[in-house]
Amino acid sequence: MRGSRVHCAGFLVAALLTTPVPAAAQDTPPATIPIAYITERVKELPPFSLVDQPTADNGLMGARLGIQDDNTTGKFTKQTFTLDEAVVPDGGDVVAAFRGLLAKGDKFIVADLPAAQLLAIADVPEAKDTLIFNVQAKDDALRGEQCRANVLHTMPNYAILADGLAQYLMWKRWANWLLVVGTGDDDKLFATALRRAADRFSATIVEERVFDATPGARRTDTGYAQIQKQIPVFTQDVSNYDVVVVSDERDAFGEYLQYRTWDARPVVGTQGLVPTAWHRSQEQWGATQMQNRFAKFAGRWMTERDYAAWLAVRSISEATTRTNKTDYASVNAYIRGPEFGVAGFKGQKLTFRDWDGQLRQPVLLAGPRTLVSVSPQEGYLHEFSELDTLGFDRPDTTCKIKAPAQ
Amino acid sequence: MKVGLTVAAVALIAVGDVGSAAAETIYVTNEKDNTVTVVDGGTLEVANTIPVGQRPRGITLSKDNKRLFICASDDNEIQVFDIAKQAIVGTLPSGPDPEQFILAPAGNPLYIANEDDNMVTVVDVDSGEKVTEIPVGVEPEGMGISPDGKTLVNTSETTNMAHFIDTESHEIIDNVLIDSRPRFAEFTADGKQLWVTAEIGGSVSVIDTATRKVIKRIGFAVPGMNAEAIQPVGVRVTRDGKLAFVAMGPANRVAVIDAQTFEVKDYLLVGQRVWQMAFNADQSRLYTTNGNSNDISVIDVASLEVVKSITVGNQPWGVAVAP
Repeated sequence: MRGSRVHCAGFLVAALLTTPVPAAAQDTPPATIPIAYITERVKELPPFSLVDQPTADNGLMGARLGIQDDNTTGKFTKQTFTLDEAVVPDGGDVVAAFRGLLAKGDKFIVADLPAAQLLAIADVPEAKDTLIFNVQAKDDALRGEQCRANVLHTMPNYAILADGLAQYLMWKRWANWLLVVGTGDDDKLFATALRRAADRFSATIVEERVFDATPGARRTDTGYAQIQKQIPVFTQDVSNYDVVVVSDERDAFGEYLQYRTWDARPVVGTQGLVPTAWHRSQEQWGATQMQNRFAKFAGRWMTERDYAAWLAVRSISEATTRTNKTDYASVNAYIRGPEFGVAGFKGQKLTFRDWDGQLRQPVLLAGPRTLVSVSPQEGYLHEFSELDTLGFDRPDTTCKIKAPAQ
Repeated sequence: MKVGLTVAAVALIAVGDVGSAAAETIYVTNEKDNTVTVVDGGTLEVANTIPVGQRPRGITLSKDNKRLFICASDDNEIQVFDIAKQAIVGTLPSGPDPEQFILAPAGNPLYIANEDDNMVTVVDVDSGEKVTEIPVGVEPEGMGISPDGKTLVNTSETTNMAHFIDTESHEIIDNVLIDSRPRFAEFTADGKQLWVTAEIGGSVSVIDTATRKVIKRIGFAVPGMNAEAIQPVGVRVTRDGKLAFVAMGPANRVAVIDAQTFEVKDYLLVGQRVWQMAFNADQSRLYTTNGNSNDISVIDVASLEVVKSITVGNQPWGVAVAP
């Protein structure tokens, strides 16, 4: 893969020399736009299943491909995009690494970090005039009481995902849910969003059960025997319900529910039918090209984090191309303004909510091998954008910080 | 696909009314079925269904009206369909994932957008040799060519530009920024304007080809329909320069535009997810492919009415009309 990227870079230089540029761009000197990517490479368990691909560079590859796409466009506008990669080792000092990026002059930051670290960098005083893209943390609080003026979110939050799932379940008339929640912190956050979604779309959570499991060794020689006995018992004696809705962000047990529940019921949520920003089965709206391009580039499938990072990097290029300006103030104002829209292979332009900085986007509902549906579902209407039937709409917001440059 | 009907039609009218709707045949690529549906223009009934390569999309008629070229996207080749024999008789190299293409007005070469490869491939249709490749933006898609054959235009969906390419030097001579996801490019018959649709931008840009500036950006509004559902894809302008038709995707409508004033005159309800369109030879009819309702619609150009819909195969994509 590296070989082909080097080849591409060489080609870009040649193209810049020979390709005339539009009149608008001819008036301005060539510009370089540095974009920074920061993550902590947390030591993770191996993937849950042998079917899953390891993703040691989860997120990073999306940002890198975004830079490559930006530069293909940039060769026509004399704009060159670079990626400053700050990959902090497990337990390393993320804030120090972030300060290092700021010291180099970086203004556009792709933050592939969990919520606590995202807030830590956003609150660094020198970070006031930077644009930080959250491409990982789904926490609703980051779009609510913990929102920050210098942060935009290309990753959908739990409420958006839960609402997208709930709309589909209601379309199916699967209105009675058994909610099964793991013991992880993220499991609880997603469960909160699911309860909110049930309330909003008039579903009934007939019972809630906690599954106490912590992910252990992923590989075992006698995997199924125990599980086959455990799960029917765990799901026994639930009064009339249509569907198991599971919140197991860590892949500790959710997958085991399928085909093993006491009653024959489908499983949705973090396993089974999943609401997600991106899925390897997504081929609608030209997504096949994205999937092929990414697989060729990264040697694996694109993940949600890769997609969110790609969108962040593409959003910056969209702003610099349309405005023909590359400074922080112009890019920030344009991205947050009414003219902005980025295409993300979801059949409509994606824009940022001005009340909390969240990217509006359709939610994919994916089974293991196919795209099952896309929310918002038909019939969920909205005065301004049907995408605002998902997550926190303007009247719901608890985000108190007015975004800058409005 | 764009089918250089101008030249074909003028020639045919000169020798008599051979180009009438009654005698014509409509060919529709069915993306999901790997087939081409053949529709009799007289009866407007399906006459035949022919197996072709994988994921057939773009389809265009040769200038002598004897062959059809078909993009077999997942086979990474162009198939050559002999109209007299009603069979695939050969293939042309295309580069990876050919989707849309356009034939030079002289009948050769064929310019192919390689959606997966940021390239336009130029192929000699007589020798079957690849002439060259032209690097363009990310996800090349729409292809247009000026009536004099000197200027080729490719639109790139993620770069959001119309690339103007000199067909002598095969160099890009200019790039015009378009709204999000430009899908299709159509020169007017006089060569003075280029019409480009933007699927996600929800607009059509009209470019003056002399200055290469956007002179008009046409927006759309269908009462009771969310703006996000309006996704322009195919565009066709009548030879007399009076009317333009824009296929609006999931809005399930074809917009009719006064091509002189750029005012939207009407929205014609067709099938679901309408993408590509082709006129017949005398431009009395416009055929549209409706991917989600598995049919084509027949628009009567004089009355601006949808006169019939015809069920074809699964996910019809491209359409070409042979006189």
